[in-house]
Amino acid sequence: MFYREAGDFKTSYVDDNQTFPIKFDRYRYYVVVAVAFGIIPFLINDYWANALLLPFLIYAIAAIGLNILVGYCGQVSLGTGGFMAVGAYACYKLMTAFPDVSMFIHVILAGGITAIVGVLFGLPSLRIKGFYLAVATLAAQFFLVWLFNRVPWFYNYSASGQINAPERDVFGIIITGPNAPAWATYLFCLIFLAVSALIARNLTRGTTGRSWMAIRDMDIAAEIIGVNPLKAKLTAFAASSFFVGIAGALFFAVYLGAVEVGEVFGIQKSFLVLFMIIIGGLGSIFGSFAGAAFLVLLPVVLKVVGADWLGWPTDIVAHLQLVIVGALIVMFLILEPHGLAQLWRVAKEKLRLWPFPH
Amino acid sequence: MPEQLVFAMEVILNGLMAGVLYALVALGFVLIYKASGIFNYAQGVMALFAAMTLVGIMNGQVPFAHLINATFGTHVHDFGWTVPALLAILMTMGVMVLLAWAVQRFVMRHLVGQEPIILFMATIGLAYFLEGVADLMWGSEIKTLDVGLPQGINLWIDESTFNIFGYGFFIDNLDIVATVIAALLVAALVAFSQYTKQGRAMRAVADDHQAALSVGISLNFIWIMVWSVAGFVALVAGIMWGTKSGVQFSLSLIALKALPVLMLGGFTSIPGAIVGGLIIGVGEKLFEFAIGPLVGGATENWFAYVLALIFLVFRPQGLFGEKIIERV
Repeated sequence: MFYREAGDFKTSYVDDNQTFPIKFDRYRYYVVVAVAFGIIPFLINDYWANALLLPFLIYAIAAIGLNILVGYCGQVSLGTGGFMAVGAYACYKLMTAFPDVSMFIHVILAGGITAIVGVLFGLPSLRIKGFYLAVATLAAQFFLVWLFNRVPWFYNYSASGQINAPERDVFGIIITGPNAPAWATYLFCLIFLAVSALIARNLTRGTTGRSWMAIRDMDIAAEIIGVNPLKAKLTAFAASSFFVGIAGALFFAVYLGAVEVGEVFGIQKSFLVLFMIIIGGLGSIFGSFAGAAFLVLLPVVLKVVGADWLGWPTDIVAHLQLVIVGALIVMFLILEPHGLAQLWRVAKEKLRLWPFPH
Repeated sequence: MPEQLVFAMEVILNGLMAGVLYALVALGFVLIYKASGIFNYAQGVMALFAAMTLVGIMNGQVPFAHLINATFGTHVHDFGWTVPALLAILMTMGVMVLLAWAVQRFVMRHLVGQEPIILFMATIGLAYFLEGVADLMWGSEIKTLDVGLPQGINLWIDESTFNIFGYGFFIDNLDIVATVIAALLVAALVAFSQYTKQGRAMRAVADDHQAALSVGISLNFIWIMVWSVAGFVALVAGIMWGTKSGVQFSLSLIALKALPVLMLGGFTSIPGAIVGGLIIGVGEKLFEFAIGPLVGGATENWFAYVLALIFLVFRPQGLFGEKIIERV
């Protein structure tokens, strides 16, 4: 009824190429952006920011990054935690070395440094494929975490081996440290997420994205029709690591404030982000959002239901959470290998015809 | 003989022993991969699950006691008996067969024909699931496992090396037992897949699912069998590692140790798993011994991976893997 392209005429190339070609989609998008930027900052408090919104925003960036690599380019990576650590430590070193520079620049630079590291660890992907590559990226994961643990220069020779985010501001508003107001941290992450999603969306539907998808679908065939695998794979690693690095920097500087690398950026983090994109949908930007939201919400909901309502001990709830996450992943793979994004697509197809399905 | 060289020899020997244990885990991976093309990430958690079940049965724990107590407000903990080790091992094996059946029935059967990467991710989900179930069933505290395997320093080796080099080597009895058992296990597996009807059927399935089906081999049965055998290997690995370092969560991380072994040896080769395990075991111990102190130690975490990574760049199919042939 309301969700259809009938009557929505495209009269120029710009119209034809827009991200959301259907009017309803476009308005929905505007409403979401307006709510996220215009309303939530006024309602937000510390609990909502720290328990739900900040992790969601940051994981969504990481998921977009990983989705570029795994979902669009087909190179399975288990090194996300390691690359997030690179972003975090790069951001830390920049923050402490140049205290007067804006946080925006630090975070973007941290992303850039991670991109370089990502390309470095992406080089073997030219020779190694499939599972072998997935395991090879674990080398990045373990090596990087070890490096940040053992080389004191990275944590500025602090006695605890931790890194702590000093207080930094953007245009006079404190963003990092314990005194940062919730709305400021929220908006800061939101801006990064919005821009990341925009960039990623446009990257994936342009030439670069098409060459990634060609490589994903069949790399030899892609090579034969003239896609340069070196360029495609390395750009995918670079773009992916850039976003993952930004997510790592935000995770450390804005969300946690203090980080012990083995605990925060361990292999569990790599799997968590991977699960997000599997549950959300491989090869879909919307799926990255959906997956991140789902896996951020799930433990909170389980904790509220299990520990607060039913009064179970927290360790049982924690174990149940493992069981449920595991079962959900298997169920998703069996029922809908393309994730939440595919459910959304199916729902849209249905909505298009509704209320006259024939 | 210079002291450093003697030390290095001891390190190599210990590395070989550790390598055998890695190979033991890697074997489980290879078996499933060969027979069904599934890269089973859950192998490490299966070892943990097997070890926990074994301890639980031996101590007569009530499964899910914690959950039952929380739900019904009761206070049950154990049945008040203990089960002898051998019987407990047999019972655990029964549980692993049940698990194999459940995995086949509820997971793998529905995923036939999916891409390998989807199957891989399903096994990661399975790993999480199993880990949660194991913790719920038997509790997550560290347990000691003692099935009567000898432990501690081997005095004979200590003495005889002392007589030769003037320095006694420290070799754990448990490692020697593990080596012997691993060798027996490999021999048994090879014999099984070469000389028995089921073993040949398994290899046929590995070669070509469709062709195997068309000559009347039951895929369901073979897969349950393969997962059971993998469960058995997991049980053996779980007993070894559990005796060595206690039954705890970190046991499941041996899967991560086995991955570089697999990469090095090739996913499809049983001898590859053994040789790869030995190379990794010796390599990481030697590296930690020689270079570790210079760069801050704990290099064992990543050395195996980096070694495998460098190796793969030159030989992408691993040491003994099948040659990768690609067509459009």
